[in-house]
Amino acid sequence: MTTAPLIEARDLTKTYVTSEPYTAVKGIDFEVRPGEAFGVLGANGAGKSSTMRMIACVSPVTSGTLRILGMDAARDGERIRARLGVVPQDDTLDTELTVRENLLIYGRYFGIPWKALRERCDQLLAFSRLEDKGSQAVSTLSGGMRRRLTIARALINQPEILLLDEPTTGLDPQARHLLWERLFQLKEDGVTLLLTTHYMDEAEQLCDRLVVMDAGKIVAEGSPADLIERHSTREVLELRFAAHERQLMIDKCAGVTERVEVLPDRLVLYTGDGESTLAAVHALGVRPAGAFVRRSTLEDVFLTLTGRSLVE
Amino acid sequence: MSELTLRPGRAFSMVERNLLIYRHTWPVLLAEIFEPMMYLLAFGVGIGVLVGNVPGLADTTVSFPRFVAPALLATAAMNGAMNETTFNMYAKLATEKTYQAILTTPMSSRAVALGEVTWALLRGTIVSTTFLVAVSLIGLTGTWTALLVVPAALLIGATFASLGLVVVTLLRSWQDTQLIQLVMLPMFLFSTTFFPLSVYPKPVQWLVEALPLYHSIELVRACFLGTGWRHALIAIAYLVVLGLAALLVAVRRLDRTLRT
Repeated sequence: MTTAPLIEARDLTKTYVTSEPYTAVKGIDFEVRPGEAFGVLGANGAGKSSTMRMIACVSPVTSGTLRILGMDAARDGERIRARLGVVPQDDTLDTELTVRENLLIYGRYFGIPWKALRERCDQLLAFSRLEDKGSQAVSTLSGGMRRRLTIARALINQPEILLLDEPTTGLDPQARHLLWERLFQLKEDGVTLLLTTHYMDEAEQLCDRLVVMDAGKIVAEGSPADLIERHSTREVLELRFAAHERQLMIDKCAGVTERVEVLPDRLVLYTGDGESTLAAVHALGVRPAGAFVRRSTLEDVFLTLTGRSLVE
Repeated sequence: MSELTLRPGRAFSMVERNLLIYRHTWPVLLAEIFEPMMYLLAFGVGIGVLVGNVPGLADTTVSFPRFVAPALLATAAMNGAMNETTFNMYAKLATEKTYQAILTTPMSSRAVALGEVTWALLRGTIVSTTFLVAVSLIGLTGTWTALLVVPAALLIGATFASLGLVVVTLLRSWQDTQLIQLVMLPMFLFSTTFFPLSVYPKPVQWLVEALPLYHSIELVRACFLGTGWRHALIAIAYLVVLGLAALLVAVRRLDRTLRT
């Protein structure tokens, strides 16, 4: 792709000045291109939210450069924010207003005329499947509905970039799928999506390209398929053992494949062919309580890169 | 998007937000009008029967209710503005995260601060006008300058709303809001609300004269009674300087609180 990036970060750093100064983002570089869905994958505390808050121009950049829509985040915050949609991690809906009023007043903060707002409100309530909730108090909505309303609110100014900080954390599977479907729709409509998540399935489902963050740094970048190919094997064999012979069995498996990860609850063997590895393990006299062959996922990429699993 | 250019009037959307909310909760304003009326009836009229005219004033014909009414109006203007920018704003700042959401839009901390102060003024105008009409109806106003009470109340509201903005950035928890009451109540009782300055010994007089509510009361009283204009000018200067200084400090502190 040769188009100019919508977001461009160079040596981007965030230090919080408190009694104990803390550097949450340690000099990261990345680019987000027009129309793509770009993910930031990482465990809690990796620096994802700090990065998002800097891009949203609500948190000042400590050092490095951050250019968004061709403007400087440090100088043109107000003008950049006018063209962004932000879905924060915390629920920040205005509880003193009804569902519809939340959209209307938020639009007023952008200076959109009332007449245009009323029309857009109807469209957005329909888009977020909240048509019949307009006059209700925000507190009566379910978690999934509140998230959809927050997304609708973020779309009131027809943003070119939508920032989503852990959009489905805390939602049940059905609510997540409905949300993903809406996000796909937005992507189809040409909105550039930038989202953070610690769910690998979400990253695989939604993201064209992603970066993996760990302890304030970017440790890998690429498409989900790319990352899996580069940092993991094609298949994975997972073995579980009875507690009393666990250590013995783990010792026996050493060297069966090039890479073996010992996790608290299971043993993970990285292999090109899971079935033949399982056969090899059996031949060594290993008797697993459970064996499971699957294809590699981003979870394995994360494990390879950081030595930790994503959701702990 | 051309409709999203930066207009200075953006702060007014904060007022629009509050107007939407008050469509549902307007009876709150009634309580604010009734409170000074209750004080006026209990202290002004009730105790006024015992007191008669107020001793120690240049004009010895001023009845006690006429002395107390402007003080209560100044206090109402103060309380209305302070409540709006301390209690109500702290809820939005700490618990509801309303401002965090607002600042992801092109709104600046300054627009938020100015918007909330404007809203506090608007409420204050409604309360002070209603109170003025009420005391006029029971015959406590005697001069046309009493009309100046409304702009005076506006100035008082602006100053205390700005002071409240500074206070709200200093609060660490809900417990801290108790400290506000600890300052406000004695100030209400002793800022020449119920008796003239001359009753205090000299050192206490100096202390009282330093209080913003004292000057607010003197200003409203001058308009209400039509005398004491020299003092009213001092009060105006005092309130303008204090209000502007507070607003400058508040906007800076609010920006630092909200944009971490």
